Amino acid sequence: MDINVPALLAQLLVGLINGSFYALLSLGLAVIFGMLNIINFAHGALYMMGAFCAYFLLNLLGLNYWWALILSPIIVGLFGMVMERTLLQWLSGLDHLYGLLLTFGVALIIQGVFQNYFGSSGLPYAIPEQLRGAINLGFMYLPVYRGWVVVFSLVVCLLTWFMIERTRLGAYLRAATENPTLVRAFGINVPRMITLTYGLGVGLAALAGVLSAPINQVRPLMGADLIIVVFAVVVIGGMGSIMGSIITGFALGVIEGLTKYFYPEASNTVVFVLMVLVLLVKPSGLTGRAT
Amino acid sequence: MTSITQNSVPTTTRRPVRDEMIAFGIMTVVLAVVPFTGVYPFFVMQGLCFALLACAFNLLIGYGGLLSFGHAMFLGTAGYVSGHALKVWGLPPELAIVVGTGASFCLAVVTGLIAIRRQGIYFAMITLALSQLLYFIYLQAPFTHGEDGIQGIPQGKLFGFIDLSNATTLYFVVLAGFLLGFLIIYRAINSPFGEVLKAIRENEPRAISLGYKTDQYKLLAFILSGTLAGFAGSLKVFVAQNASLTDVHWTMSGEIVLMTLVGGLGTIFGPVVGAFVIIAMQQYLAGFGQWVTVIQGVIFVACVLTFRRGIVGEIGHLFKRSL
Repeated sequence: MDINVPALLAQLLVGLINGSFYALLSLGLAVIFGMLNIINFAHGALYMMGAFCAYFLLNLLGLNYWWALILSPIIVGLFGMVMERTLLQWLSGLDHLYGLLLTFGVALIIQGVFQNYFGSSGLPYAIPEQLRGAINLGFMYLPVYRGWVVVFSLVVCLLTWFMIERTRLGAYLRAATENPTLVRAFGINVPRMITLTYGLGVGLAALAGVLSAPINQVRPLMGADLIIVVFAVVVIGGMGSIMGSIITGFALGVIEGLTKYFYPEASNTVVFVLMVLVLLVKPSGLTGRAT
Repeated sequence: MTSITQNSVPTTTRRPVRDEMIAFGIMTVVLAVVPFTGVYPFFVMQGLCFALLACAFNLLIGYGGLLSFGHAMFLGTAGYVSGHALKVWGLPPELAIVVGTGASFCLAVVTGLIAIRRQGIYFAMITLALSQLLYFIYLQAPFTHGEDGIQGIPQGKLFGFIDLSNATTLYFVVLAGFLLGFLIIYRAINSPFGEVLKAIRENEPRAISLGYKTDQYKLLAFILSGTLAGFAGSLKVFVAQNASLTDVHWTMSGEIVLMTLVGGLGTIFGPVVGAFVIIAMQQYLAGFGQWVTVIQGVIFVACVLTFRRGIVGEIGHLFKRSL
């Protein structure tokens, strides 16, 4: 079979970009799951809020993309912390499933409100000036913004990994996941740490939203279908480790991109099919601990 | 881990079977009288289909502790297959129902074998992902007509002489189907099988140590639940006369969860009440556009935070009755 190299590379790049979003989102889910024991169904809605936040900052306050990259995660992260304080904290000690149901309700509320005001169509968000154009790599033209998304999200993922696995704060975090009562006895404010962790996970989702705004348009339902794919990524990866979710996220994006080139009909379903195959061979997921 | 229905099942039960018989009698009489009261029959029929669907879903979560977030796939699959059988193959209604329900049965066997490999939230995510997989397949498959769905499905004559295009006749056929499904679920819950299922929900490791092959019980519950959900989907085809993607989309799965949660997880009559409440809400709030989604979200949050027993669960708790 003839391989059209530029087309293949283009699909690979699309795959890498989608992979960055999967990695950022499943990383946030893993961070939240580790501390709160909640699968955050509202993650897709918060990702969408991140993109809308960038849109508002630009159109209402005239703050450009770079400001949005910093401010959106903070604003949405604060929103998440309020959510954790007012709603999620009442669920501690209950079955995990209640967390899933509650955050599902929150996702419906957020998406419903945005759909009500903005309909279902997309709002455009321009690529920032500094990142326009393309670089000639010799074998292909790489649009600068797309390269930026991949590199930037990889850096953010690795920083998050470093923070959790290699710093003192991360050590507290992991200790609190293992035994909150004991960590509390050492004088560490565990409830505040939980709130901050939720804010961090939500901030990662919002950051992904800002990154995606110039590529995909800003739409109220942009996170709704994405989140199901991310759940499949989480099942495949197993959420056992932070690095696991990063690698799985990127890898699945690439596999999806390759499928789009070789067998486009299956590109929407390949992640789910992979999930089935992984479950048949290794139910706990690729990096997961057995439950 | 605390059980999901620990708060929803009333612990004190007083002559439960008699209470349930009385409640069942009241429900049957009310539903039988409805066509003569001037209530829009289409609305009640739709409610009956969703009530059966929610009851089937509740069998899994309320008694097996398994939250399926993909039950729409059984509704949609049976709907598409029954609709195709009626319209393209020209099968009589009774065979179309059998074929549609059979398709959901097969789907439940396959998805059940995959999904029961994980528990808790993973089980929920796997069922959700599987139903989304099916959504994309139905979106691309030629026989479903993509976004248009299968339209104008003929209702035909059940067993060759019961004319389903007559609204009152159709109503009683749907009611009979609902009651049949309801009684199957009721029987399953109150059988040794149901008792083992409840034991698994409360403490799976202990059930395993007692020698029960819990995976087999969970799989059986999943198949039974999926098949009955498919039966509801087949019945719905005769009411709506179409089969479309909305029935397979994951938001439908969310609505099924909401219906059961509002009525009362793990109560026998809860899903029926919950289904009618949600359907009525959608019917009468349709003018509010997307605010309906917001209201549903608020109900979700309120149920989880303050109202975990649901309507029927709270009533049962108040009167110390198991309903």
